[in-house]
Amino acid sequence: MLDATDLECLRGTRRLFAGLSFQVAPGECLQVQGSNGSGKTSLLRILCGLARPEHGAVRWNGEPIDALGESFRAELAFCGHANALKEDLTPVENLLAAASLYGLPAAANAGARAALDALGVLQLEALPVRALSQGQKRRVALARLALCRHRLWLLDEPLAALDAHAAETLARLVDAHLAQNGICVLTSHQPVALRAGTRSLELS
Amino acid sequence: MSAPSSGAAFLGIVRRDLRIAMRRRSEPLFTLGFFVVVTSLFPLGLGPEPELLRRIAPGVLWVAALLASMLALGRLFGADYEDGTLEQLALAPAPLVLTAGAKIVAHWLVSGLPLVLVSPLLALQYGLPGDVIAHLMLSLLIGTPVLSLIGAIAAALTIGVRGAGVLVALLALPLYVPALVFGAGAVDARLAGLSAAPNLALLGACLALAVLFAPLATAAAIRIALE
Repeated sequence: MLDATDLECLRGTRRLFAGLSFQVAPGECLQVQGSNGSGKTSLLRILCGLARPEHGAVRWNGEPIDALGESFRAELAFCGHANALKEDLTPVENLLAAASLYGLPAAANAGARAALDALGVLQLEALPVRALSQGQKRRVALARLALCRHRLWLLDEPLAALDAHAAETLARLVDAHLAQNGICVLTSHQPVALRAGTRSLELS
Repeated sequence: MSAPSSGAAFLGIVRRDLRIAMRRRSEPLFTLGFFVVVTSLFPLGLGPEPELLRRIAPGVLWVAALLASMLALGRLFGADYEDGTLEQLALAPAPLVLTAGAKIVAHWLVSGLPLVLVSPLLALQYGLPGDVIAHLMLSLLIGTPVLSLIGAIAAALTIGVRGAGVLVALLALPLYVPALVFGAGAVDARLAGLSAAPNLALLGACLALAVLFAPLATAAAIRIALE
C-alpha cells in the first residue's frame, strides 16, 4: 500500500501542489494527469524518495519511506524521463547491469532476453544502445520492469516515444503487474488502456 | 525477489564501468596519452642536463600524474547524471556510499592504474636509477587512489554544473596538495639517498583517511545534486 498524505511541493517560490493525499492499494494503478509543468514528475520524484516534499509524508505499508530506506528501495522500480541506458552497451548488458543492483543472479541472462522479448526488442540484443531509435530505447528501459519484478512501479511518461503497438504491450505488462498485486503510479498525457481500469489524479 | 546483496551490486557497477571503458577506449587513452606527452615535454624543453632532469623528475612526474588523473573526473558522474543512470543508482537498495565507492574503484582502475604502470618508462627519460623508479611506482600506487577518491568529491559537487571541467580542477587541485607533497617527497628523499618510509607512511595515512571519508562525502554530494 502506497500512502501519500498532505503532500506539498514547491519549485522555487512557486507552489506546484499542496494538500495532496491519496492511497494506492495493491492491484491498483493511479494515473497522474495534468498540464505541462503541473508537477507530475516532481510528484513521482517525491514518491520514490529522490526529492523531499515541502510538507507531508509518503508511506509504504504504513512506514515512512525514509525510515524504510533499503527495504523500500528494493521493492521500487522508477522509470524516469531519461532511459538510464548506457549507449555503449547492448540492451542485454544494460539490463544485466541494472539487475545486478538488485542482487539478481548474474545468470539472469535468459531472464533479460525474455524481458526484451516481452517488449519486442529481442532482435536488437547485439546492437549497442546508441544504434537504437528513441522508441526502441524506451522499450529496452521498460524491459527492466519485466525483468526485476518489483512491487511498486513509478513510471514517468512511459508512453513517450512509443508507437501504438508498444503502448499496447506496456498496458498488458502493467495489467500483469496489477494482477500479481503490484502497484503502479504513472504519468501520461494519453490514456493508458488497462483492463483493470485506472484511477486518475488531476494536478492543476 | 532475492535479497539484494551489496557486494554483488558493488561488483556489478565496477564491471559495468570497466566494460564501458573498454568499449570506448579513447577516454582512458586520453588520460594516459596526456601523462606521457606532458612528462616527455619537460626533457625536451629543459635540455639534456642529467643533473637538472634528475632533480625535477619527482615533482614533474607527480604533477603530471595529478593533472592526468583529473582529466577523466568530469565524466565520472557527469555521464551517469545525463542519461539517468545516477538516479537509478541512488534508488537501488545498495547504500549510495557503496555505489559511489564502486564508481571510484572503476575510475582508478581505468585512469590511475595505467599511470602507475607506465611511470617507470617515463622515469627513464629523466635518468632516474632503478631503486628510485621502484619508489616512484610505489608512491604512485598509493597516491593515485587518493587522487581518485578526492577527485570524486569534486566531481560529485559539480554534477550538472555548466563548465564543470574547470570547476572540478579548481576544487580538486588544492585538495591534492598533501598527496603531491608526500608522494613527490618520497621519491625526492630516495633520490637524496634518504629513506622514503616517512613520506610513504604519510601518503598511506592520506589514503586511509580518503577511503573512509571520500565515499561518504561523494554520496552526500550526489544526493544533493539529484534533489
